[in-house]
Amino acid sequence: MKTKYMNPYLAGFFLGVVLLATIFITGRGLGASGAIKSVVVATVDGVAPSHAENSQFYSTYVGPGKDNPLKSWLVFEMAGVVIGAFISGLVSDRLKIVTEAGPRVGTRLRWMFAALGGALFGIGAQFARGCTSGAALSGMAVLSTAGFVTMMAIFGTGYAVAYVARKLWL
Amino acid sequence: MGPFVPEVISDQLNLVVALILGIGFGFALEQAGFSSSRRLAGVFYGYDFTVLRVFFTAAVTAMSGVLLLGYFGLLDTDAIFVNPTWLRPAVAGGAIMGVGFVLGGYCPGTSVCAAAIGKIDAMFFVGGGLFGVLAFGEMYPLYHGFYESTPLGSIKIFDSLGMSQGMFAFLLIVIAVGAFAGTTVIEKRVNKKSAPSLGFSTRNHLIAGAGVVALGIVFIFLPDRKTHIIDRVSNPAYLSTHPVKLMTADELAFRIVDHEPRMRIIDIRTPAACAKLALPGSSNIQVRDLFGKDWITMLSQRHVKKVLVADSEPEEHAACLLLEKLGYENIAALHGGLDAFNATIMNPSAVIPAGTRWDTDVFRFRETARKDILAMIEKNKNGGSKEIKKVKKIQGGC
Repeated sequence: MKTKYMNPYLAGFFLGVVLLATIFITGRGLGASGAIKSVVVATVDGVAPSHAENSQFYSTYVGPGKDNPLKSWLVFEMAGVVIGAFISGLVSDRLKIVTEAGPRVGTRLRWMFAALGGALFGIGAQFARGCTSGAALSGMAVLSTAGFVTMMAIFGTGYAVAYVARKLWL
Repeated sequence: MGPFVPEVISDQLNLVVALILGIGFGFALEQAGFSSSRRLAGVFYGYDFTVLRVFFTAAVTAMSGVLLLGYFGLLDTDAIFVNPTWLRPAVAGGAIMGVGFVLGGYCPGTSVCAAAIGKIDAMFFVGGGLFGVLAFGEMYPLYHGFYESTPLGSIKIFDSLGMSQGMFAFLLIVIAVGAFAGTTVIEKRVNKKSAPSLGFSTRNHLIAGAGVVALGIVFIFLPDRKTHIIDRVSNPAYLSTHPVKLMTADELAFRIVDHEPRMRIIDIRTPAACAKLALPGSSNIQVRDLFGKDWITMLSQRHVKKVLVADSEPEEHAACLLLEKLGYENIAALHGGLDAFNATIMNPSAVIPAGTRWDTDVFRFRETARKDILAMIEKNKNGGSKEIKKVKKIQGGC
């Protein structure tokens, strides 16, 4: 039997304390999409180093005198996220290989839309310089204008298109 | 005083810190139920507002903590990373992510959490994310111009809206608590059988909500620590009751041409004014930066006299009192400010007060000092300023 989720306000408070500790200790916020970018940049650099160095985008992160993109704060933080989430799943008995989908959606379709949603997040997070964690949540904590703008754009658009996509979830 | 990177915690150790904080982050996200896409998507259909509750509670908690730590001087809020704003790309990127959220049911952080506990759809989401970044990188030249457009720097939301920091914090808290209450009503109507809020204790949640709003009211009256202290020491009444040591223009000129090693000149004017003309060997420091860590080594040398210069004496006076408040010693203000210095030393037709037998000596001294100082300024210009402040800003963002 699965354990119940934590009260959301309590979980939010705990998450806020982790974010506050991050800001207090390191002077920066939490993030997620930056780690995904680092993995992509490192892979491109490994497979086609000359392509990476000649590209306007990748060359900002790789090249002579620059650290391996995987040796970045967010990559280590996301490694921690994997561990932390796994521990949480373990103690709450939620470890299970399963596909979760809306009641009217088959497994294949769910996978396709999940990958599509991920791709859109990958692109959008580059334009916004961060995703829900790095730009919206961490930005709001330090009262950055970008944080609030990104948050409203994400959720505003989400509500705007939710009706069209209702068959995926309802 | 935080933050502890890079002075206390090295870049290497910071990676270990990242891992530990990441574990807390992942644990909190998973416990909140963010490893379930149906739960996350619920926020858009009204059957489960967990996302909104967790997200806003976390934002309000962290923001309140930053404000309080800043107020008590435990965290230098000018030193922390504030995500810079590129307005149009932020809106466009957010909109793309909003569509991705509804279609995919996750965001990057939550997808990694869900993948870690075995959700296959989350693994597809992560794979899609990797592909999305690759696609962005490969087509980057197409929208490079847009990507870099409307850069506004590290601006803050309360400035953008033209209100005080405390007032904004209060309004955000009120909006958050209002949203919590409103969405709970919606959720119970939409999802009569299994709304998460059905299990909440109304009484406890009301008490907690009232407590948070009370904290918000405190924020309205909570001034920014640095602004508060600067305002206090700049008050004319405070200045008149708290005198500081003064140095005359002649003495300062003598010490400059004498290359006095135990004196440092701190110029608190704007960088633009200093770029035009500044005393030889002076360091340009903005008053707000006197709080920071960058100048502690120089300011805490007790045997070195720190002479503050600005256009007028009251500005110098206030800065001296601020330094004394911060615990520094051996501070003086230039008598009459740079206006007096320019009028007597740097102006060849300055009138020498007649009547004493030292008139000719004073005149000759000032004449020589002016030439020497001008020569020193000229030499510094050619040789480049020796005082280059090293700025090691904390980097952040995704």
